[in-house]
Amino acid sequence: MAFEGLAERLQGTLQKITGKGKISEADVKEMMREVRFALIEADVNLKVVKEFVKTVSERSIGQDVMKSLTPGQQVVKIVKDELTKLMGEEQSGIQFARKSPTVIMMVGLQGAGKTTTSGKLANSLRKRNNKKPLLVAADVYRPAAVQQLETIGKQLTIPVFSLGTDVSPVEIVRQALEKADEDHNDVVIIDTAGRLHIDETLMQELKDIRELASPDETFLVVDAMTGQDAVNVAKNFDDAIGITGVALTKLDGDTRGGAALSIRSVTQKPIKYVGMGEKMDALEPFHPERMASRILGMGDVMSLIEKAQENVDEEKARDLEQKLRTQTFTLDDFLDQLQQVKKMGPLDEILKMMPGFNKIKGLENAQVDESQMGKVEAVIYSMTTQERATPEMINASRKKRIAKGSGTSIQEVNRLLKQFEEMKKMVKQMTGAQSKGKKKMKFPGMDAFFK
Amino acid sequence: MSFFKKMKEKITGTNEAVTGKFKEGLTKTRDSFTSKVNDLVARFREVDEEFFEELEEVLLQADVGFETVMELIDQLKAEVKRKNIKDTAGIQTVISEKLVDIYNAQGESDNSLNIQEDGITVILMVGVNGVGKTTTIGKLASRLQKEGKTVMLAAGDTFRAGAIEQLVVWGERAGVEVIRQSEGSDPAAVMFDAVNAAKKRGVDVLICDTAGRLQNKVNLMNELQKVHRVIGREIEGAPHEVLLALDATTGQNALIQAETFKEATDVTGIVLTKLDGTAKGGIVLAIRNKLNIPVKFVGLGEGIDDLQPFDPEKYVYGLFADGLELEAAEEQDTEEDK
Repeated sequence: MAFEGLAERLQGTLQKITGKGKISEADVKEMMREVRFALIEADVNLKVVKEFVKTVSERSIGQDVMKSLTPGQQVVKIVKDELTKLMGEEQSGIQFARKSPTVIMMVGLQGAGKTTTSGKLANSLRKRNNKKPLLVAADVYRPAAVQQLETIGKQLTIPVFSLGTDVSPVEIVRQALEKADEDHNDVVIIDTAGRLHIDETLMQELKDIRELASPDETFLVVDAMTGQDAVNVAKNFDDAIGITGVALTKLDGDTRGGAALSIRSVTQKPIKYVGMGEKMDALEPFHPERMASRILGMGDVMSLIEKAQENVDEEKARDLEQKLRTQTFTLDDFLDQLQQVKKMGPLDEILKMMPGFNKIKGLENAQVDESQMGKVEAVIYSMTTQERATPEMINASRKKRIAKGSGTSIQEVNRLLKQFEEMKKMVKQMTGAQSKGKKKMKFPGMDAFFK
Repeated sequence: MSFFKKMKEKITGTNEAVTGKFKEGLTKTRDSFTSKVNDLVARFREVDEEFFEELEEVLLQADVGFETVMELIDQLKAEVKRKNIKDTAGIQTVISEKLVDIYNAQGESDNSLNIQEDGITVILMVGVNGVGKTTTIGKLASRLQKEGKTVMLAAGDTFRAGAIEQLVVWGERAGVEVIRQSEGSDPAAVMFDAVNAAKKRGVDVLICDTAGRLQNKVNLMNELQKVHRVIGREIEGAPHEVLLALDATTGQNALIQAETFKEATDVTGIVLTKLDGTAKGGIVLAIRNKLNIPVKFVGLGEGIDDLQPFDPEKYVYGLFADGLELEAAEEQDTEEDK
């Protein structure tokens, strides 16, 4: 049931074509069918898909692909380029008002994540832009929505303006703006109630708030899992109140997120932020290129690299490199490596970001066995410093002791030692072959962590 | 008797108010869908390749999903050939028939809740973030209360800010007790407490709320399994219902949601929420077809009474009905004009 990425889809089509020598216009058409399938499965709106395929098709037929020796890759490249282009430039945060406060209004359907995103945004503006935000609880309809924002405010120690649920949202906003003036808050974030884009009464309420507060930014908060309806939602909100940007939430899920493209092409408004988790710092800028890869099922290499960079201690890395070169890599270093990998987050999440990972046969549903890592750690911890530095000295009785100490078995101790040996051998080959640059990078020993 | 007539009879036989509410909630959905279908029928007088292509698009835009749409189109083509249908009049009946067929491919299902005759019935509500779990619980509690059951709620979402308070408000509205602990406490512990409180008070139904979680978060899915296990340990055979709340706005990811939640907690039914918008929730056809999880309720608004039992025939009827006859008449008019 897992979705196939575009590259895999095209591969299938191309297999039928290869052997013909040259590909024809009809072949390109066939490939475009696959592009269409892939995009629809990624939840891109059908109308948007049609237009998009037309553009890509024109570019493909116009020489690019037909003369290429690798037409499949060419098509993927064109599709990805066009997608990236369509989704706009890298985004540069918020348009701040010349005269404080900058008013930001958060709107969207129920359950899109407005309140959480409001909190994250306030947190980010304080941290990155040195602002002093005020959150405004203007959702008087959903039970406990005010408390939710108040709790978030307390967690972040950011003030929340609320008047309960008996005052009209327009009045709440009016008083909040006064309060912001008094307290010298330079950013005001209004959390409005979730509403259906076809609810005329509630849409009028948003217009009234806009009239009163004349917001500098109006963000439409959209669930990344939204299907075909995303275009209706975006269009209606934009027509009614004129949004200035989009925040795409719950992108830490496994949805392809085609809604991003739909919204973008319908409203032409930039996607400014993406929500990547429930924690208050999990709000990130939008990267069109990464989103394009994701929609096409090509994995998110950039995020993976960033995650690695954030968590890997550079000094330690250099140290390790030195050790690898001089062949003085010990079990202690091995342990260190393990812990660094662990720091990057749950392993299966990391693996999900790797392109093509889902396509490795037999690994589609691989669950990373983190308890296995725990065992390895326990085994190493049960060794003496000396043993860790020179594993060769570990004889049968030592193995018995280690197994007992770590609550594992002798077989497990043996397995680890063998893995370590193999890894050392591999490293030797790698460092030896580095100058030739031929050997493919591999992670020896890592396969033990898969069930 | 034609399928269409049978359906209509069945519906007029049921409670008018309920049907009215259902239809009202589905009006938006139906309007756009039916008008598209009828538009299609009006434009294409012949059932040809072009007609099927357009139909395919209408269905894809209802989030029905590629595979299901292809399956339906194939079946329709076969049916059209078999019955030698040449013009589009009457094709709607075949379409709706086939849609219900796909939904019921794994046998017709009983959509009623598995309520225990004696002893406590435990209902566990699960789903991703923001789909409407807590709201649905409020509505469901009120509904069961009106049926004469005593109901208790368990505030198992100890993670999201304000979630407990939200359930407490719904508890007040429905007039039922809510078992809660403080924010941040272990949800399994809350369930343990709630089950025991429910036993002590001798309530009929205990509905357990859980925190929203994305299905790819392994740790959180494990936590949910634990909650499920704890309930089962305290009452044999519980939870008797595991309801997955699904946002009708969700696209193809809903299928993965259903699959993963089913693996973790053995989901017994779906509540399709927010169907009062313009989204159609067509993915439930695929979910039922592939995973055999039936839709049990639909959410049609934020009011306490806006939860209605799902009836596949009514659902399809809601998509095709009234407009059909109306448009058929109009169609004839326009044709006469020509």
